[in-house]
Amino acid sequence: MNPFLALVARDLRLALRQGGDAAMVVGFFVLTVVLFPLGVGPEPELLQRIAPGVVWVTALLAALLSLERLFQADYEDGSLETLALLPLPLEAQVLAKCLAHWLVTGLPLIVVAPLLALLLQLDAAGYPALIASMALGTPTLSLIGAIGAALSLGARRGGVLLSLLVLPLYIPVLIFGVAAVESEIAGFGARPHLLLLAAFLVLALGLVPFAAAAALRLALE
Amino acid sequence: MPSPETSTAATFTGRQLACQRGERLIFRALDFALAPGGALILIGPNGSGKSSLLRLMAGLTPPAAGVLAWDGVDTREDRAAHRGRLHFIGHSDALKPVLSPRETLVFWAAMRGAAAEVPQALARFGLEGAADLPCRYLSAGQRRRLALARLTASSAPLWLLDEPLTSLDAEAATQLLAAIAAHRAGGGQIVLSTHAPVELADAARLSLADFRPAREGLLA
Repeated sequence: MNPFLALVARDLRLALRQGGDAAMVVGFFVLTVVLFPLGVGPEPELLQRIAPGVVWVTALLAALLSLERLFQADYEDGSLETLALLPLPLEAQVLAKCLAHWLVTGLPLIVVAPLLALLLQLDAAGYPALIASMALGTPTLSLIGAIGAALSLGARRGGVLLSLLVLPLYIPVLIFGVAAVESEIAGFGARPHLLLLAAFLVLALGLVPFAAAAALRLALE
Repeated sequence: MPSPETSTAATFTGRQLACQRGERLIFRALDFALAPGGALILIGPNGSGKSSLLRLMAGLTPPAAGVLAWDGVDTREDRAAHRGRLHFIGHSDALKPVLSPRETLVFWAAMRGAAAEVPQALARFGLEGAADLPCRYLSAGQRRRLALARLTASSAPLWLLDEPLTSLDAEAATQLLAAIAAHRAGGGQIVLSTHAPVELADAARLSLADFRPAREGLLA
């Protein structure tokens, strides 16, 4: 098997056998969104107004939740050291691990998001834009998170540090993800916002592997 | 037993190597040369830099000074090629509790893009009986055997082994020494660090204590 695919397959297999991550991320996403109607009251107009923002903010926090484990387990058991000494460049391995992370956490979020939007009475016109913006935005979340996960390796209280590092970088994705849904509902079309989200994704695909791999090499020295 | 191709066999040398960890200089002016089929045993007290030298040879840490060369070419010129020619077994076993030994070896061999010789590697280290158990059920000795089985599951000319005999029983130690002998017979090179007395035919010994800096301090 191609080494890149072998690494993706191994991370998927680990995630499925250990079970925790995907279930935890989706569970957190669902529970947190459900808290909003309970907290702000059941008025449909209000929920409808805040639905895109609530879904996006909680999806972002849910994605953050599983990031700490992205390299941590491999770092602790020595696998990362062995991975770093393979002929496959660490940069490509970062991409493989992000892809596996997105398949396990980002994809389930995209599947669940429309159901939660229904709960929040999202305007029917907003659904395609919501799914499209999450499909373009969540891979960027996984990628940006990889830099934070690599930088916080070996740090005490790495999870808190990771949130502080990564959340500010998530802001553009959040802004344009929400804007895509809202402008589609308002009748302006989501296209410009989706194009910007796609641009972020391309940028992250190009830059993240180098930044994260450099941080991993430092952690291993 | 996969034997390294003779075309990749070349002399592995280090010249005037120095290693610095934090503020402390661990060794300096260290030279070594390892011919095809050769073995180098690193000895020295705890903290003398045996593991550091192995990590330096693997390319995990850059040397504070000096040059590592393969066939006369600086290993830093083509890092991917250097990584492709070595197996490094450190202190940790790099195993996943939910994967079986067979899956573990198939994965690591696939990552090297090499033809996997997994059943042979499992047999060589006496792991056939446990091949399909999740690794969390393995004993410390079995875990160590599995880590070492990676060496023979895919071929690489240079083996860097950090305390490979730790928690191995007499039988497994014999199996390891046999694997090392077969590897060297095929032209492969070995560097290993150890505290236990190891008998390898015509192996060079390098005592790290000889390269300790005269006084503590930074590299001039």
